[in-house]
Amino acid sequence: MRISCPHCGERDRREFYYRGAAVDLERPAPDAGEAAWDDFVYLRDNPAGVTRELWYHEGGCGAWIVVTRDTVTHDMLGSELASEVSA
Amino acid sequence: MGELIAKTPCEGLLPLNVGAISLHEVDAGAIYSVTPFKGHREALSQVLKSAHGMTCPAANRATGKAGARAIWFGHSAIMLVGPTPDASLFEHAAIVDQSDAWAVVRLEGAGAEDVLARLVPVDLRPAHFKRGHTARSLLFHMTASITPVGDTAFQIMVFRSMVGSLVHDLKRAMEGVAARG
Repeated sequence: MRISCPHCGERDRREFYYRGAAVDLERPAPDAGEAAWDDFVYLRDNPAGVTRELWYHEGGCGAWIVVTRDTVTHDMLGSELASEVSA
Repeated sequence: MGELIAKTPCEGLLPLNVGAISLHEVDAGAIYSVTPFKGHREALSQVLKSAHGMTCPAANRATGKAGARAIWFGHSAIMLVGPTPDASLFEHAAIVDQSDAWAVVRLEGAGAEDVLARLVPVDLRPAHFKRGHTARSLLFHMTASITPVGDTAFQIMVFRSMVGSLVHDLKRAMEGVAARG
C-alpha cells in the first residue's frame, strides 16, 4: 500500500503509523454529555467503502495527515494535513 | 571532576571503504533546528538570506552550500547546519541547538544510490533526486534525513544514538552492492 503525503508525495506504507478513524478532529465539547463522549471514545463505523483516517508520517516529515481511501477498491482518494483540516 | 574528552558520534566506526563506495563522518559544524513561528516564514526567509546567505527551503528542498545549509527537516521544520544562527533569526522562529544530537555522514562513490536503494523506500536516483533536493524517510528501520551533496555523494543525518545501526546497515548494503560487481 502506498499513501500520499501532502509534503512528501507518494510514500511506502511502512513510513506511516496508523491512528484510526479521523474522529479526533471532531472532539466533542467537555460538557457535551455522556452520549456524545461514548460515541467519540468507543463507537466506530466499519465501512466497506470510503473511509477517513488519521495517519502519522512517522518515518518521514512527521506530519499528521487525514487520508481518504476506499477499503473495497484500495483507491487512495485524497490526503490533507490534519493541521489544515482542523484549523 | 576528571577531564572530559569529546568524541565524535562515529568515532571508532568510520571511515569505511567497500568497493568503489566510501562512508565518512562529516564535521558539519553547528546543527540548529529552526521552526518558523506562525506567519513568520517569509520574514524568516529574509533574515536567513541576509545573515547566512540562503532562503528558507521549500518542502523536500535544501538551500545553501557546503558549510552552511538549510535543510527542510519535516513538517514546518528546518535544520540549519553549519553556522551558529544569527540573533536576527530568533525573532521569527523557535531555535534549538541540536549539534550533539545528530550524526552526519557522507556516502560517496559511483553507485552510492544503489546502496541507498537497498535501505530507503524512496527513489534516490539522480534523475529524480538532484542537488538542492532532500528527503525525510527511513533508512532501514531508522528515520533519516538524506541530501544529495555532489554528483555521487549523499549527506545522511540520523540520531546520534542510532549511529551503530546506521554504520552496520550501510556496511551490509555496501557489501551487497560490491558483491554484485
